[in-house]
Amino acid sequence: MNAQMKTGILVASLVVVAVVASFAKRSDVYLLTLYCVYLMATFGLNLTVGYAGQMSLGQAAFFGIGAYVAAIALKAGVPFLLVLPISAIACFVVGLALGFPALRVQHHYLAFATLGFNVLVYLVMRNEEKLTGGTFGISGIPRPSLFGVSFDGPLAFFFFTFVSLIILAFFLWWLLRSPWGRAFAALRDNPIRAESLGVNITAYTLLAFAIGAACAGIGGVYYASLVEFIEPGPFHFSTSLTMLLAVIVGGSGRFFGPVIGTIIIILLPELLRSTNVSWLKFMQTWYLAVFGVAVVALMIWLPGGILSIGDRFKSKEVAK
Amino acid sequence: MTPFLEVKDVRKAYGAIKAVDGVSFDVGPGEIVGVIGPNGSGKTTLFNSILGQIAPTSGHVEFCGEDITGMSPLELSRRGVGRTFQTLQVFVKLSVRDNLIAAAQEFKGTLGGRLFAKPDAGLGDHADQMIELFRLKHVAHLPAGSLSYGQQKLIDIAMAFMAAPRLVLLDEPCAGVNPSLVDQLHDRLVELNKTQGGSFVVIEHNMDFIMKLCPHVICMVEGKVLAEGPPAQVQGNRAVLEAYLGN
Ligand SMILES: Nc1ncnc2c1ncn2[C@@H]1O[C@H](COP(=O)(O)OP(=O)(O)O)[C@@H](O)[C@H]1O
Ligand SMILES: [Mg+2]
Repeated sequence: MNAQMKTGILVASLVVVAVVASFAKRSDVYLLTLYCVYLMATFGLNLTVGYAGQMSLGQAAFFGIGAYVAAIALKAGVPFLLVLPISAIACFVVGLALGFPALRVQHHYLAFATLGFNVLVYLVMRNEEKLTGGTFGISGIPRPSLFGVSFDGPLAFFFFTFVSLIILAFFLWWLLRSPWGRAFAALRDNPIRAESLGVNITAYTLLAFAIGAACAGIGGVYYASLVEFIEPGPFHFSTSLTMLLAVIVGGSGRFFGPVIGTIIIILLPELLRSTNVSWLKFMQTWYLAVFGVAVVALMIWLPGGILSIGDRFKSKEVAK
Repeated sequence: MTPFLEVKDVRKAYGAIKAVDGVSFDVGPGEIVGVIGPNGSGKTTLFNSILGQIAPTSGHVEFCGEDITGMSPLELSRRGVGRTFQTLQVFVKLSVRDNLIAAAQEFKGTLGGRLFAKPDAGLGDHADQMIELFRLKHVAHLPAGSLSYGQQKLIDIAMAFMAAPRLVLLDEPCAGVNPSLVDQLHDRLVELNKTQGGSFVVIEHNMDFIMKLCPHVICMVEGKVLAEGPPAQVQGNRAVLEAYLGN
C-alpha cells in the first residue's frame, strides 16, 4: 500500500465517521464523542508505552487531572481555549515528575510505581473535598463556546471534539516522524546502546511521560465538558488498565493502534450496553466472557496487536 | 606527541576478583590497537571502565589531554568516543537505515531543534553511503531485528562509525560472523580508518584478523598486560604462547 492510498483510506474513514455521526441518534453521538475523548488519552499512552517503551499504569490519573483542572477552571469562567493549555501544561509537568521513577526502574516495577501514582491521585480527588467536591464531584461544567459559536449541542460538541482529535493526532504524527520519534524508539529498543550513541535517555524518558500525560490531560478537558459532571470514579486505576489494554490490543508502537484498540476496548462494550437489537442484547450478557477469551487469543497469536497482522503475513513471505 | 588516549594503571575489582589489575597503555591519533587474551582476562571490563559503563576502582583515563575517568557514556559520546558491545546491540524494530540515522542524529543541533528538523535529521545521504559501504542496500528498509546475526553485526559496527567518532572501541567484532564477512569487515575498518581518521581499539580472538588489522597488539591475562608490541612479536612471545595461544 503506498502513501497516497493510505491517505485516501484515512480521509475516507474520517468522512464516514462524520457522516455517520450526523445521522446517528443522540446517545450514539455521545458515545462517539466519548470514543474521541478516550482516544486522545490512548494516543498519548501509545507514545509513552508503545514508542518510548516506558510502561505506564497511570494514564487515567492524567486524564483525571486534566478533567478536574478543566472543571474548576471552566466553572470559574476561564475560556476553553485557555483551559486547554493550562490542563495540558499541568499534566506535562506532573508527567515529567512521574518520569523520574522510570529513570531508576523498568517494566513491571515501573508499572507498579505508576499505578501507585494513580491511586494517590484518586485519593486526592476523593478526599480533598474543598477542591474536588470529593465523591459528590463537580457538576454543571459548561461546554465551550468559541468566537460566539456555542458547541453546547451533542452534534456540535462531537464535531468540535472530532476536529480537536484530528489536530492532536496530526501533531503526534508529526512529532513521531521527527528525529524525536527515532530517539524514542532507540530508547525503547536498547537504552544502553542509545546512550553510547549520544541519546540523552534521561531527557527522552521524561519527555515520553510528559507528552503522553499532556495528551491525557487534553482528553480530560473534553471529557469534563462532555459529561458535564465529574467524580473520581472514571479516573480509578482500572481505567489506566483499560487504556493500556486498548493500546496493546490495537498494536502498541503503531500509530493507528489506539484507534482500533479503543474501539474494541472502550467503544464496543458501551455500544453493546446501550443496544436495543435483540441478538446484541444477548451479547451484552456474554460480552465480558467473549472479550476475555478474545484478548487471551489475541495475545497468543498476535502479541503485537491487531495491526501487526500485516507483518505476520509479510514475515511468512520473507521466510519462504 | 601527546597520546590521544592514555590509560593509566586502571583497576577494577569485583569483590575478590581483580577483573582489571593495573592496565596502562596509550593509543595515538589514527592508530589501531588490538587487544587479545583468553576469556575472562578482563578485556571487556577494561573497555567498560574506559567508556563509563562502569566506574574503575582506581586509575585514570585521559582523552586528548582531558581526564575522562568515570564520565558517563553520554558525556563520552559527546567527546567523540564510540563503541560496540560484545553482544549484538541494535535497535531491533527500527529499519537498518533508521538504526544508522539514530546512531548520529543526536550529535546534530539541540534537543529542541531536532523536533523541528527534517525526519532524517539531514543524515539520509550519509546513512545511504554507510549502507553502501557495508553492502546492506538490499535490506536497508527491513527491521534490523529481522536480519541474520552476521548482518546485524555489520549494522552494529556501522552504527559506531556513523557520527565519525575520533576513538572507537570494538569488542569482538568478528564473533559469530562467517569467514567471508570477516574479510569484508577488515576491509571496511581499514577504509573507515583512512576516511574518518579515527583511532580504534579492537578486542578480538581471531588472530588472523588482528595480525592483518592492528600494527600494535596488547595481550591481557588475568587482568594484567602480559605483552605488548607488533603482532608478530606478541604472537611469538613465550609467556603469551603459554597463557593464551599455546593450546
Ligand atoms: N559484573 C560483574 N560482576 C562480577 N564479576 C564480573 C563482572 N563482570 C566481569 N566479571 C569478572 O571479571 C573477569 C573479567 O571478565 P571480562 O572483562 O568479561 O573478560 P573478557 O572480556 O576478557 O572475556 C571475569 O572473571 C568475570 O567473571
Ligand atoms: Mg569480553
